[in-house]
Amino acid sequence: MSTPLAQRPPQPSVGQAVSHESADLHVTGAALYTDDLVGRTPGALHAWPVQAPHAHARVTARHTDAALEVPGVVRVLTAADVPGTNDSGIHHDEPLFPDEVQYHGQAVCWVLGETLEAARLGAEAVAVTYEPLPTVLTLTEAIARESFQGAHRTVARGDAEEGLARSTHRFSGEFEFGGQEHFYLETHAALATVDEGGQVFVQSSTQHPTETQEIVAHVLGLRSHEVTVQCLRMGGGFGGKEMQPHGLAAVAALGSVLTGRPVRVRLNRTQDMTMTGKRHPFHATWEVGFDDVGHLQGLRATLTSDGGWSLDLSEAVLARALCHVDNSYFVPDIEVHGRVARTHKTSQTAFRGFGGPQGMLVIEDILGRCAPALGLDPTELRRRNLYQPGQSTPYGQPVRHAERLQVVMDEVSERADLASRHTDIAAHNAAHPHTKRGIACTPVKFGISFNLTAFNQAGALVHVYKDGSVLINHGGTEMGQGLHTKMRQVAATALGLPLAAIRLAPTRTDKVPNTSATAASSGSDLNGGAVKDACEQIRERLVTVAAKRFGTPPDEVEIAEGVVSAGDQSVTWDELVREAYLARVQLFAAGYYRTEGLHWDATTMQGEPFKYFAYGAAVSEVEVDGFTGAYRVLRTDIVHDVGDSLSPLVDIGQIEGGFVQGVGWLTLEDLRWDTSDGDGRGRLATQAASTYKLPSFSELPGELNVHLLERAGEDGAVYGSKAVGEPPLMLAFSVREALRAAVAAFGPTGHVVDLGCPSTPEAVFWAVEAARAGTTGPYAVEPAASSPAGASSGAGGASSGPDGAGG
Amino acid sequence: MGLSDITVNGTARPCAASPHTSLLDWLRDQGWTGAKEGCAEGECGACAVLVARPDGPERTRWVAVNACLPPALSLAGQEVVTAEGLGTPSSPGSEGDLHPVQREMADRGGSQCGYCTPGFVCAMAAEFYRPDRAPRDGADDHECGPNGFDLHALSGNLCRCTGYRPIRDAAYALGAPDPGDPLAQRRETAAPPAPSTVVTGEDGGFVRPSDLAELLARLVENPEAVLLAGATDAGVERNLRHARPPLVLAVDRLDELRQLRVADDHVEIGAALTLSEIERGLAGGVPLLDQLFPQFASRLIRNTATLGGNLGTGSPIGDAAPVLLALDASLLLASAQGEREVPLAGYFTGYRQSVRQPGELIRAVRIPLPLAPEAAFYKIAKRRFDDISSVAVAIAMRLEDDSVASVRIGLGGVAATPIRATTTEESLAGQPWVAATVARAAEVLAAEGTPLDDHRASARYRSAMLGQALLRFHAEQDGSGGTDRTKPLQKGAEGVRNPYENWGEGR
Repeated sequence: MSTPLAQRPPQPSVGQAVSHESADLHVTGAALYTDDLVGRTPGALHAWPVQAPHAHARVTARHTDAALEVPGVVRVLTAADVPGTNDSGIHHDEPLFPDEVQYHGQAVCWVLGETLEAARLGAEAVAVTYEPLPTVLTLTEAIARESFQGAHRTVARGDAEEGLARSTHRFSGEFEFGGQEHFYLETHAALATVDEGGQVFVQSSTQHPTETQEIVAHVLGLRSHEVTVQCLRMGGGFGGKEMQPHGLAAVAALGSVLTGRPVRVRLNRTQDMTMTGKRHPFHATWEVGFDDVGHLQGLRATLTSDGGWSLDLSEAVLARALCHVDNSYFVPDIEVHGRVARTHKTSQTAFRGFGGPQGMLVIEDILGRCAPALGLDPTELRRRNLYQPGQSTPYGQPVRHAERLQVVMDEVSERADLASRHTDIAAHNAAHPHTKRGIACTPVKFGISFNLTAFNQAGALVHVYKDGSVLINHGGTEMGQGLHTKMRQVAATALGLPLAAIRLAPTRTDKVPNTSATAASSGSDLNGGAVKDACEQIRERLVTVAAKRFGTPPDEVEIAEGVVSAGDQSVTWDELVREAYLARVQLFAAGYYRTEGLHWDATTMQGEPFKYFAYGAAVSEVEVDGFTGAYRVLRTDIVHDVGDSLSPLVDIGQIEGGFVQGVGWLTLEDLRWDTSDGDGRGRLATQAASTYKLPSFSELPGELNVHLLERAGEDGAVYGSKAVGEPPLMLAFSVREALRAAVAAFGPTGHVVDLGCPSTPEAVFWAVEAARAGTTGPYAVEPAASSPAGASSGAGGASSGPDGAGG
Repeated sequence: MGLSDITVNGTARPCAASPHTSLLDWLRDQGWTGAKEGCAEGECGACAVLVARPDGPERTRWVAVNACLPPALSLAGQEVVTAEGLGTPSSPGSEGDLHPVQREMADRGGSQCGYCTPGFVCAMAAEFYRPDRAPRDGADDHECGPNGFDLHALSGNLCRCTGYRPIRDAAYALGAPDPGDPLAQRRETAAPPAPSTVVTGEDGGFVRPSDLAELLARLVENPEAVLLAGATDAGVERNLRHARPPLVLAVDRLDELRQLRVADDHVEIGAALTLSEIERGLAGGVPLLDQLFPQFASRLIRNTATLGGNLGTGSPIGDAAPVLLALDASLLLASAQGEREVPLAGYFTGYRQSVRQPGELIRAVRIPLPLAPEAAFYKIAKRRFDDISSVAVAIAMRLEDDSVASVRIGLGGVAATPIRATTTEESLAGQPWVAATVARAAEVLAAEGTPLDDHRASARYRSAMLGQALLRFHAEQDGSGGTDRTKPLQKGAEGVRNPYENWGEGR
């Protein structure tokens, strides 16, 4: 009797605006995070890493005797202690205790102490000698030396050369932009214990408990059923806890197995920033062609991501980048190559959007730069190229609901009063020589599902106890995104109960096995499908019991707000449950969900990897100070497509939070490594909150209006909803493009603005200076006829690339 | 309550911590895990808690501070409230009782992952209880709510999830505290005094002297002792660079270092007054300082940071020094031998070096009156709230007949020490204050100092910003406008009289 996936019953719990299910615990400080458990775990040992001071070096000796002399030091963990495999990656390229250091700050061994201070002093006493080896640090160096890893991929359709050849206007350029530190407020943490039967229990701040379990088992030489991983909740994840927690959990587990005591691993902020991966920086070269009215004809590009020292998720991130270079625009003839550079830096990894933002930034930057050269308003250029119904992406997927792109852009333009504000801004700019305003409207189209089809499955375990109370488990983790809140609403809806009747248990691998990462925005789609399935199995059994009691056909039985009824007969949920138990009816169920209709060939990069697309558009207005390049976002309006929202308060929170995080990536957050040839080469120069700045209140737009697109139901997802975690991040392009518009206002009409990224005040200032001088920077677009094919002049210079000089 | 107790959420707990244990770690060891460590350097506010501080001799003010910075021992005898102490969630058998701040945050989606939330709640509660917070009509500059909530109260709190809008809405929705609110009532009686403390242990000592004489005597015996005021630098040294000084001397509550006096020809600011206290005490009397305050770190930091600390560490990028250089300030250095006055312009001798001798400390900062009528402070940083300067420029000028009668320019971030831009000052002196002169002087200013390339900014940008600062200063004088300033340049500060004369705790 399972109902169609998207169909909602009358008065559903889904769709209600409710607070985060842990909100009261958050605000009172009662909510527990992994490291809060340490004080509640008597006898726990503390771990401290010995971090290498070289970006690339061979470990020639490692003397731990002095460390063991330090009072309170219990043990030093080294490769010799590993009973299983000394590897914490999924490609067998991440030794947990390396003999060859691959990045500055990599842990070569760990010290366990009775106190954190003892462990730290012990780590100071470990004597490691190194033989430094040659290093590759920047993307420029990696490309020059052909230092790559993993497969090279290409997404192509038609004949890019032909597309360029028939273009009236051709441009080429080069663009390098920075990565992003996750800066979840809670740093990585794990706490491991071993029970009397040798069962290893690891509490971990992980988005991927199953993979953490697998890596722990792999390192310990155990089978998966001997390891249980639990995640209470995370203080933010953003992709940074998809792969990176595994090795840290393995260190804690190894320490616990060896000492028989609980072991806590918690990275402080500096360790977290210097040891764990970040968003991939990218380099792009491109050549693009438009017809005489601005329609894209051909695009040829090469994207090179900086994967850091190991592959982890870099190939998948690259695939998503290649699948999002089109963003919302139809490019008939296209050829985009991608490759992953190998550098001696942290292993760059998943981060909200997972390559999608990087791919989309390339096309948005191209359009922003080319519009003035085409004599078009940038918003008009974007509109002319939007996908139309019936068109497909370069990788062969029809763009279903393509008309929504037009709708969201129209609606946000209207809500933002875009037309009249253009006039106001022109008046302001004419009256103010030293401050200029700019406004921009940019769309988002983002594919939902894991590119790798196999990951698109999930499980749930739902218990109804004899008193009628309900406990749900599912495979997704809570990192603040409101997944648990939504899952309670899904269960309440599927069972016909009030929200208060549903409790949710922490995520554990012994409740729901073989889970996928809570990632790719898929948490609600996948786990929601599984929770709904489990609840409907139970509901169906209870309906049968009720039908028998009422003497009616089952399809006349309704369950709503905890009351089971048929015609004028009714019974409470609790009473019916009791009756079902006595009648020996199973009151718990395992639910399962897999996304139907997906197929993907990762080699040819063709198929339909996404269940659907999420759409959105934003209008942002900024004001730039010509003296310094500093700016403020005055106002942002967003219209975003979340399908039929499962939980509007949660969804709006995701949209706003994603947007501001995107603004941080594009304008403020500036990762710098020491790229000098000095002793500190390879050291992360921005390794603390004092040097790495993420958005604060000063980056919140003065006015921020979010509107959920109406009549937006999605047939292919639970209760007609859409995923919301990642897509809103890319609404932030509107801010960077508004900055470009404001900068242009300092220059002559039609000035092409070449804007560094992140577009910090300094980058904006140099762009303003170039605009005032009427000159273009080193990345300038040039008509292809007057420049050689491929890149224009070299990187660096005024645009202050992401790998600028370090400390 | 014993002298070494700390009262947490109404319950006295003995504090037997090491001198190197932060208040945060101590609280968490005690089971109060609501306050979180996010950065351990006072930048994120996840550890924010409320502390009862003196508000004049007879009243108390709830002040939000970063618990990761001060040693727990420095809070001996004090009252601390954490998020757990403000309200409680419902639990089996008990109805929840959320504080108004917590209620607004929970209902409006102010928490997502929740990790930063206890700190936000405490910072917001401090502003909620601010005695002079009053509703304002209309004038919404996006940084002050209709309820008088100053958004800068939250400038030291970072949230990575929400994008801040619901938190701002929660803050602006707060009403006034109920008359029966125990923390509101607590404001009506005196704050706890800071008891003299002497703790010695294997891993170091912590001493809170009872007066300046004892402090100076101990400093003679232990010239290497670390002076602790707001702990906003020492705490970072401890947490990030693992400094474990053998002796810490707490100076933050010494009356002799906490005087604010306005005389006929100078203002004297005690070195251990916090920036928040100075801001309130001067009440706008030194307009250039008023420009500095909101740009100096965050409210959480300003609640404990002092001028003595900012100048004492000798950082070339501290924001107070350029302003005080422009104000022609001098320092009163005290030692067991007595006191001497040193012009700030002659104080710094090299990177984190100064003329201050072993056994000497900064007792007060003296700013001569009258103030130069035209003054401005420009801080260049990536982020507007709570960032460290790439470059800071302070200018104080007197015009006579449209010519520059005198000008002083203080610079930060362009040399190993804060410096005066003397070449530029000379090039401006006596010149007509017109665009051509200014443009020439801006070129001179851009060549002052020896700025470096680093992760904050390029040397080229730093130099450019020096020149731009002067161009902007002229544009603002000229009325042709820089950005729309939230506060107009304040003029006519001469003859200021401070209503808080001789203000300071315990007086």
